[in-house]
Amino acid sequence: MRESAVLDDLRARIAQIECADGRHDAIPFGIESIDCRLPGGGIATGALHEIAGSTDLADEASATVFLAGILARVEGPVFWCLRWRDLFAPALHLAGLHPDRVIHVEAGSDTNVLLAMEECLRQPGLAGVVGEVAKYSTTASKRLQLAAEGSGVAAFVFRRASRVEQAVEGTAAVTRWRVTAHPSEDLGIPSLGRPRWRVELERVRGGNPHSWIVEGCDATGRIALPAALVDRPAAQEERQFAA
Amino acid sequence: MVTAIPDHGRRVVASVDGQARTLGIVPGMTITKARSFAPELLVIDAEPEADLQGLRRLALWAGQRYSPVVAPDVPDGIWLDITGCAPLFGSEQALLKDLHGRVAGFGLSLQLAVADTAGCAHAVARQVPAGRPVTIAPGDHRKAMALLPIAALRLDARDVEGLRKLGFERIEQLVGAPRAPLAKRFGRQLYRRLDQALGQIPEPIDPIFPDHLPRARRGLMEPIATPEAFARVIGDLVADIVVQLTALGKGARRLDCHFARVDGHRQAIRVGTAAPSRDHAHLTKLLCAKIETIEPGLGIEAMTLVTPLAEAMSASQSDGLAGSGRKGPDIAALVDALANRFGQRHLHRAGPQPSAMPERSVARFAALASSSGIAWAGDLPRPARMLDRPEPIDVVALLPDEAPRLFIWRRRRYRVTQGDGPERLYGEWWRDHGVEGEQPYTVRDYYQVETETGGRYWLFRAGDGENPVTGPMRWFIHGAFA
Repeated sequence: MRESAVLDDLRARIAQIECADGRHDAIPFGIESIDCRLPGGGIATGALHEIAGSTDLADEASATVFLAGILARVEGPVFWCLRWRDLFAPALHLAGLHPDRVIHVEAGSDTNVLLAMEECLRQPGLAGVVGEVAKYSTTASKRLQLAAEGSGVAAFVFRRASRVEQAVEGTAAVTRWRVTAHPSEDLGIPSLGRPRWRVELERVRGGNPHSWIVEGCDATGRIALPAALVDRPAAQEERQFAA
Repeated sequence: MVTAIPDHGRRVVASVDGQARTLGIVPGMTITKARSFAPELLVIDAEPEADLQGLRRLALWAGQRYSPVVAPDVPDGIWLDITGCAPLFGSEQALLKDLHGRVAGFGLSLQLAVADTAGCAHAVARQVPAGRPVTIAPGDHRKAMALLPIAALRLDARDVEGLRKLGFERIEQLVGAPRAPLAKRFGRQLYRRLDQALGQIPEPIDPIFPDHLPRARRGLMEPIATPEAFARVIGDLVADIVVQLTALGKGARRLDCHFARVDGHRQAIRVGTAAPSRDHAHLTKLLCAKIETIEPGLGIEAMTLVTPLAEAMSASQSDGLAGSGRKGPDIAALVDALANRFGQRHLHRAGPQPSAMPERSVARFAALASSSGIAWAGDLPRPARMLDRPEPIDVVALLPDEAPRLFIWRRRRYRVTQGDGPERLYGEWWRDHGVEGEQPYTVRDYYQVETETGGRYWLFRAGDGENPVTGPMRWFIHGAFA
């Protein structure tokens, strides 16, 4: 009994140091199997998250909409710091993120994007801050994480054109996601069904990596598990990730 | 037409218009002589006072729009120190074009010149009647000055005449000549003007400010040179300005802070706000973010803070209770900080713009513009990543009106498994630039395709397949879907 009390106390103190003590909320996906693997039951606000597609433009697009879907489900303005000019705003609206909520900051270079993000992260009350960069250093990630902790705003670094096989430098991000396109269900008619993505949680602080096949965002930014896959035994999924 | 001023009992020409100049009439000539060139010459009395007022007004107007440091250059020019002002317009060329267009729009004829030194710009503007703005590239002012006549040096007419009698025509001859004898004969003014134009001694521009604007000045007992000291003085100045603004019921939209260096050089920083503000902390923060652009040299001896642009702002309760749990984030301060760092143009919100072509369907609005609440139609699929310009691709299509089965883009093969389309878009034939400039009756058939890896792309075929004026029937890729 006594031992477990000590352990609980230690855990609480570690959590306090890590700032994961429930000071900030989390943005749930509303899907049990994903939320249960994230500390706090969703994308933690007041923390830094990394999202990547791949070198393929379609994967970048999937990751963009995945991110827009997360932000669509929170209230408040979003600052989207850009280095390239290929973001097409109507698609964010299709994922439920209204254009009136998004302020685009054309920062022009990695350094400026990170500067702009840090500036935005000092402002409490935002729904989220997104920055698109090619590369960023561990130090930069720590600065962003600290700024996010201070204001309680969710920060997302979108690593553009990130190679799938590339080993990534360790960063202070709480979660790291990779979203790539996955073949959708063939409807049997010349039309396209709901898009499917392979969402990989490559790293999560206080949890294990995992991956899911999900159906893309609807008009309110919600993703869903494909009906045929919902009841798949967990073991099979584990094996799939290991493969 | 010419204007005349009395001079020692005679009337002499003060300024001439373009037509009179072609007749050979120049300022300084007597009216009698001028009339001998053109008997029907229209002569009106010059009003030097009113001219000076006009110059001042023009300078102040330019000060509102282009640069914090402006001054009239009597009798016929204005100075603008555009150091660091170009990024607001995108480039120096864009700034000059805007300035030229607007002043010409007032019905004035003008000649713009940009150079490293005020003297060089002055000389080029008056001696090179190019009609369009002339830019002397950085470092080239010596070369440019060398070719100009002595008269470009802002000297007395008598000195110019005297130099000419000695055989000096161009400035390069003067640069090469021994200094002492000439200085003895023509006074120090000659070499002061020459050195100013060549950038060897500084020539500060003494800026003018509108009289009625809130202004605060701090003369310093000891010159200061550290960023911390600047920040402190800026804090004091902002406090003074805020008191004045509160009394006027206004908020600052733009602030200029002028730094007077001990050697007479003047520098300025300018910040703008997206909404009128008299928040001490906010304005101080904006100004302090730009301190690093100031070169303190041997020290700054005076600082002046001016509000060239202020707008009405009603008093609010929160003035007294700054930051006490306001509801909703106040993003105006953040938007200002970003706009001052990256430029107002690079901060925007997207909104719908009615256009048939997808690349033109996104309009940019100011970041703090009131919400329109409207957005694009929610039923048409649109890609999340769009290529700046559609790129041509090679395709293999089985049937002419179906999505292709295979396409090659950037030397990679994409095998298509499913497709949807076409969505036919007609170009706006009434436009005469953009895609329609080259092909007024543009027709695009857009297809969404999914490749074997699940990636979804937006392809189109230019042309309706019947009429060649609608497009060359080639395939392009325009973006990627989620």
